[in-house]
Amino acid sequence: MTRASIAIVGAAETTRMGKVPELSQTGLHADAALNALADCGLTLADIDGVATAGHDVAEIIQYLGITPTWYDGTSVGGCSFITLVRHAAAAIETGLCKTVLITHGESGRSNNRSHRPLFPSMQQQEFESIYGPLFPPSRFTLPVMRKMKDDGLTVEQIAMVAVVQREWAALHPRATAHDPLTVDDVLNSKMIAYPFRKLMCCLVSDGGGALILTSADRAKDFPTKPVYLRGMGGESAEGPMISQMESFSSSKAFRVSGKMAFESAGITHSDVDHLMIYDAFAHLPIYGLEDLGFVKPGEGGAFIAEGHTRPGGALPLNTNGGGLSYMHSGMYGMFALQESVRQMRGVSPAQIKDAKLSLVHGVGGMFSAAATAVLTSEDQW
Amino acid sequence: MGDRPLPTIYPETEFYWNGAKEGKLLLNSCPSCDKAYFPPRPFCPVCGNRDVEIKQASGKGRLYSYIINHLPAPGYEPPFTVAVVMLDEGVKMVANLLDCPPDPEALILDMPLEVTFEQRGDVAIPQFKPAGGVA
Repeated sequence: MTRASIAIVGAAETTRMGKVPELSQTGLHADAALNALADCGLTLADIDGVATAGHDVAEIIQYLGITPTWYDGTSVGGCSFITLVRHAAAAIETGLCKTVLITHGESGRSNNRSHRPLFPSMQQQEFESIYGPLFPPSRFTLPVMRKMKDDGLTVEQIAMVAVVQREWAALHPRATAHDPLTVDDVLNSKMIAYPFRKLMCCLVSDGGGALILTSADRAKDFPTKPVYLRGMGGESAEGPMISQMESFSSSKAFRVSGKMAFESAGITHSDVDHLMIYDAFAHLPIYGLEDLGFVKPGEGGAFIAEGHTRPGGALPLNTNGGGLSYMHSGMYGMFALQESVRQMRGVSPAQIKDAKLSLVHGVGGMFSAAATAVLTSEDQW
Repeated sequence: MGDRPLPTIYPETEFYWNGAKEGKLLLNSCPSCDKAYFPPRPFCPVCGNRDVEIKQASGKGRLYSYIINHLPAPGYEPPFTVAVVMLDEGVKMVANLLDCPPDPEALILDMPLEVTFEQRGDVAIPQFKPAGGVA
């Protein structure tokens, strides 16, 4: 029997999300942080570890008036918050701090900020950007035509990812988009970067979220139902030049991160009741399902199109609607974590009955980095 | 619309851009691994060997993947093709496809391509076009 050692005891999103023009990016971090503290009945004085990404962690520390003994500003894109969960767990385990606050805030839509979250890559700029792919929709999509030819993936299957996730979003009052979609709707939406159309691309939102982690032996002192980490998760990176991915049909960073998370948790795929795979674009859940080993290589598109991940399906995936329909601030990984926490607390508007184990997997940059975490409602296994 | 972007050239990559000015596509290559690699750097990313060579590539490759970009980019008139080319030397690089319409009917994966150069101010940019003329 293994006892859980780390728990998520506080979790919250910003009070509002979507269009929040009245808050700066720093303000979104703070709003999320205060909401997460209120969620678990702690105050700022109780926090001795702070982590964030896409924003100077020291500024967040000063803005919130915290005096930490540990901080982490690892910033590799939207999966960073999943990475920071495992880094925070390691810090608590080794006594570097006791109670960690992880914040995300991003003024992705209103642009009330001084900088974009991701470091520019010198080599990406010198050898890729000069050819005109300046935005994520024309970079992240570059490998997909190759995968379609090699694996038989179809554009209709990619469209189905957006259709299925909209079904989940319809259950979430806070989701940005609720109206049902058809494959035809997706395939008739505006062309952005062939073969990708607008409804295969994520939303652009303002918002944020925060998590509070501490040791599992303190978890029962809080008013909320604790959510435990099972194992230490995984992370890896392949780098910001998408043209240099080893394979265009599979992400090495996804595979390495996922394998590590499964091994560390001591679980198999059939143990996973609920799954979140960061979907900045509609092909990502397909790569994720394959690279995490839920299906064989090349079978992810058909698996989603056959309905296995939709409401009522065997493997509920992206049950908040994902970056395609829920919200996408730019570094969406925090929102994937929030939905995993809601599911493990049993309070998601799209609650999966009796779900005890949730796997959350994120991408950073454009197939640049990856991180994976396993959350559970059980304090021992 | 502005001018197309120019690369910021660093000491380690100067040879590549100097070669392009002379109409040559130059690659770093590791003699220990007997393999070319991209983008340039003064050591082999496989074995760490600093004793690497500069070799002229054949300039031949094939269309490995692409998107047809409908988003704005300075100096470009959308839609335009952003391609990933697999060189015969086994390395991948990004380029636009010249002499080829940005149309899925004309963009056949694995079709043979050859290098050409686009002048942007003083800088020559390696580009690709269908081998043996218009596709």
